[in-house]
Amino acid sequence: MAFVNLKNKEVQAKVVFYGPGRGGKTTNLEYIYNKFRDRIKSDMVSIKTHGDRTLFFDFLPFDIGKIMGYDVKIQLYTVPGQVKYNATRRLVLKGVDGMVFVADSMVEQREKNLLSLKNLQENLTIYKKSIFKIPLVLQYNKRDLEKQGIPVMPLDMMEKDLNSQLKVPYFEASALAGDNVINTLKKIISLTMASLQNVLK
Amino acid sequence: MASDDDRSVTDYTLNQVQLERIEKILDSDLVRSGINSVLMIDMAGNIIAKGDNGKCNHDVYALAALASANFAAVDTMANIVGEDFSLLFHKGEHESIHFSKIFNEFLLISLFGKEGSLGLLRLKIAEAVEKIKSVWH
Repeated sequence: MAFVNLKNKEVQAKVVFYGPGRGGKTTNLEYIYNKFRDRIKSDMVSIKTHGDRTLFFDFLPFDIGKIMGYDVKIQLYTVPGQVKYNATRRLVLKGVDGMVFVADSMVEQREKNLLSLKNLQENLTIYKKSIFKIPLVLQYNKRDLEKQGIPVMPLDMMEKDLNSQLKVPYFEASALAGDNVINTLKKIISLTMASLQNVLK
Repeated sequence: MASDDDRSVTDYTLNQVQLERIEKILDSDLVRSGINSVLMIDMAGNIIAKGDNGKCNHDVYALAALASANFAAVDTMANIVGEDFSLLFHKGEHESIHFSKIFNEFLLISLFGKEGSLGLLRLKIAEAVEKIKSVWH
């Protein structure tokens, strides 16, 4: 959970981008990093394989300024999406405060989205957290592919598949073009901060 | 892993007096003994307390995120072989880095140069870890 430093009036909260492999989690963070480069003092940290896939995680610390008198630092992480890296995915979830689930809109990825969401639910349970209670935003990524003639799932199909029980905020996005990336980020920050409000009072 | 998390990082609280005591230990026991930079972090990668000699310009937030993940991976490896690794040490040409676990929840990361005796610094770190643990008693 977030660390609240009452002495320095500082809050550090952890937001994790989760989802199937090659779904665009790292691309989300890269877009945020490029967009706010002048405000982000550190470099983005990526632990990748030689094939440029996320091996452990990406990390981007993001200062969002003062909320209720506290300096708020949001630590953005991604997990490796590939099924085989479940052990490392679990480690990254430790102490998570908010989640973005990046779903892949391509028709052929339908099953992978479902498996990844189920995997998230299982991995949160290990930390005694519930997918129904943690601040969560769904992002339906790669909507731009439709323009290139690549079949994407209709929105209502994705909603029914992934959000019929969760009923959390969602965004149609293109992480590559940046569409709704910042709106996703703003939403998860506001949900996460709202969940921490009792601690900050 | 579930049992590791029983006394979860979500459960700890540190008041202002405890934080000040920890910062004082970091400064008086470690920085003044020749350690360039010291961080106490939780296993989620948050920085709890830090101290340095004013000459370090490392990106401490990235360091904390990487150290917590690194240590978590080492911990999982330890579980696989039925061990408990409570410290880690990496020697560099100019700067070395030492990690020690404090309970199951925190990690003390100490960076130091070639000056000073490694044995003495490790002793100082071990003493500081015990003093930090006593902050909860």
